[in-house]
Amino acid sequence: MARTTYKVLKGRGFTFWSIMTLHALVILIGLGATYYMEHNGHIVTGMNNRIVWGMPHVFAIFLIIAASGALNVASISSVFNKLAYKSFARLSGLLALALLVGGLAVLVLDLGRPDRLIVAMTKYNFKSIFAWNIYLYIGFMVIVAGYLFVQMSRGTEHLTKPMGIVAFAWRLILTTGTGSIFGFLVARDFYDTAIMAPLFIATSFLFGLAFTILVLSFTCFTIRNQLMTREVMQKFRDLLIIFIVVVLYFTAVHHLNNIYITQHHGVEKFLLLDSPVYSTLFWGGQIILGSILPLLILTNKSLGSNRSAMTLASIMILIGGLAQIYVIVIGGQAYPLEIFPGWDEISSSYGDGQIANYMPSLPEILLGVTGISLAMFITGFVLTILPFLPEPISDE
Amino acid sequence: MSDFIKGSGDGCGKEGGCGCSSGSAVNSHTDHRETDMPQTRRGFMKAATALAMITIAPGITLFATGGPAKARPLDEAASPKIRWGMLIDASKCDDGCTKCVSACSKENGWKDNGRPDTDAQWIRAVTLKNRKTGATATLPLMCQHCEEPPCVDVCPTGASFKRADGIVLVNKHTCIGCRYCMMACPYGARSFIHEPLEDQKDHAPRGKGTVESCTLCVHRIDEGRLPACVETCNAEAGGALMFGDLNDPNSEISKRIATYASIELRSGLQLNTGVRYQNI
Repeated sequence: MARTTYKVLKGRGFTFWSIMTLHALVILIGLGATYYMEHNGHIVTGMNNRIVWGMPHVFAIFLIIAASGALNVASISSVFNKLAYKSFARLSGLLALALLVGGLAVLVLDLGRPDRLIVAMTKYNFKSIFAWNIYLYIGFMVIVAGYLFVQMSRGTEHLTKPMGIVAFAWRLILTTGTGSIFGFLVARDFYDTAIMAPLFIATSFLFGLAFTILVLSFTCFTIRNQLMTREVMQKFRDLLIIFIVVVLYFTAVHHLNNIYITQHHGVEKFLLLDSPVYSTLFWGGQIILGSILPLLILTNKSLGSNRSAMTLASIMILIGGLAQIYVIVIGGQAYPLEIFPGWDEISSSYGDGQIANYMPSLPEILLGVTGISLAMFITGFVLTILPFLPEPISDE
Repeated sequence: MSDFIKGSGDGCGKEGGCGCSSGSAVNSHTDHRETDMPQTRRGFMKAATALAMITIAPGITLFATGGPAKARPLDEAASPKIRWGMLIDASKCDDGCTKCVSACSKENGWKDNGRPDTDAQWIRAVTLKNRKTGATATLPLMCQHCEEPPCVDVCPTGASFKRADGIVLVNKHTCIGCRYCMMACPYGARSFIHEPLEDQKDHAPRGKGTVESCTLCVHRIDEGRLPACVETCNAEAGGALMFGDLNDPNSEISKRIATYASIELRSGLQLNTGVRYQNI
């Protein structure tokens, strides 16, 4: 097996710089939106005392999940010795780091007191899964950075596999932690279930690979044809199909489990049938746009391994993924707490017993989108200065 | 259950109830209020008693309501031997009465800005109705000061904490405003400060971008006084709120809980709340 050689992204061209400029602009606008929200308080967002986590959290969780999944390509090559993916291992690690930074940036900038980040870094309540997640995020960055280092340094290649195993194990634990942020919430009917962890892990594989395909398609615009060979495309296609089906499986189990439990009928009926927002996002967003249509494209013999079709499928998967996270994060909060079972008319100034209202405001959407742009900007920038991309491989 | 109704169907305000056993707990309360005593006379008696209790014999009042009998010196830590709690008799809450809410707002400086979705609400009045039976109830809902508070469990920085005497509080200096405690609270009892604040009370510091909730008027407790909601309800409304030390078997609240059935909201979560309810 010939050694893979790596190089910085060359031949960047107008498209690359246009995309980078666009991301930079979005980041600047997002920072302005953040200042506006921090200055005026969260009153200028759509969030309130019932929908306490809003659009920024949807984007942040989406990115954090995708980050651990983006490492998948590297893991497959190092842990499972699949050499076809080896050449993308560096890119995979970089993308994982960039997506995590993007997600965490959104999470931190949405805090009520982002200036107290140092408090979050120095005071820990070890019973809090949120505190554990902070360790998991930091650990992930350190381990993936180390994993990249041993891949890129001379004489450390023998450490690639053990580091890859550590990184793979850590990413599984990290996504378990992210899912458990919801799984450990005993107060709310839609959460409070261990399946949130494997659901998030399955979702991460899907989002991570979709992001990887988009980066290869757009950021590496001029050499994408050489990078995304027919063999690579077929493997990515197969993986995408598997991941979509696995996410659908866990989603189905989650909902069926709730549907079986009488106590949870209310929230399921609300999310799956009654809500014009969440039911539409679930069926139209996650299921049709994010799962069924990509499956139809990817399983189509003439389209399945076509780069443009796969790029389109990846975009659909990610839009559907955003819808999925929106339904989980916002929909799960919108359904009222069951404080007074047996009483069917409940009223209060807090809106007890009523579905909570949420209309995301422009600044919080901009902050969320900034996370994606930050991740893509970091990826694009690093690709131009460090050798992360494999030498284009011939398709023949 | 019939003993419970007999013993505590005391919408009339009589200690120990008046012996009624007819109808539901909630409805029996309504009946008594209408038949036991003329409204004006009852109101006068209540007001006069309250006035006397507040102005003439505060020490006796505190003792009688099971409240803190003496102030805690500033250099003395809160005692784990004490567990402060509250017992709310919903049968004594009038429909539409929000005096406990107003008292809390005035005492702690949070305001109704006409934006209920984002305004702080340390305590709120909840109205319940059962369509099948027609039963109704009104009650105040606030932080339940759980023995096993989910908000404390999930807080990443430890800003949400439980004091040794059972009062669940937020450390305003270490709250980063992540709102995970609000996700975790089974009662929706916490508020996030969404906008800049003015005219804060010295004894109840607040901060934009942080989370807050009922403190049980910890500043008053430490001074040997009753929480504002309890004091006001006793003085101006039906006396539905009783405050005291749940660990002291001789406290009025412990005796009442031992004598008449009471419930915890969302008891299935086994949080052992410090706030308990009767007659709902």
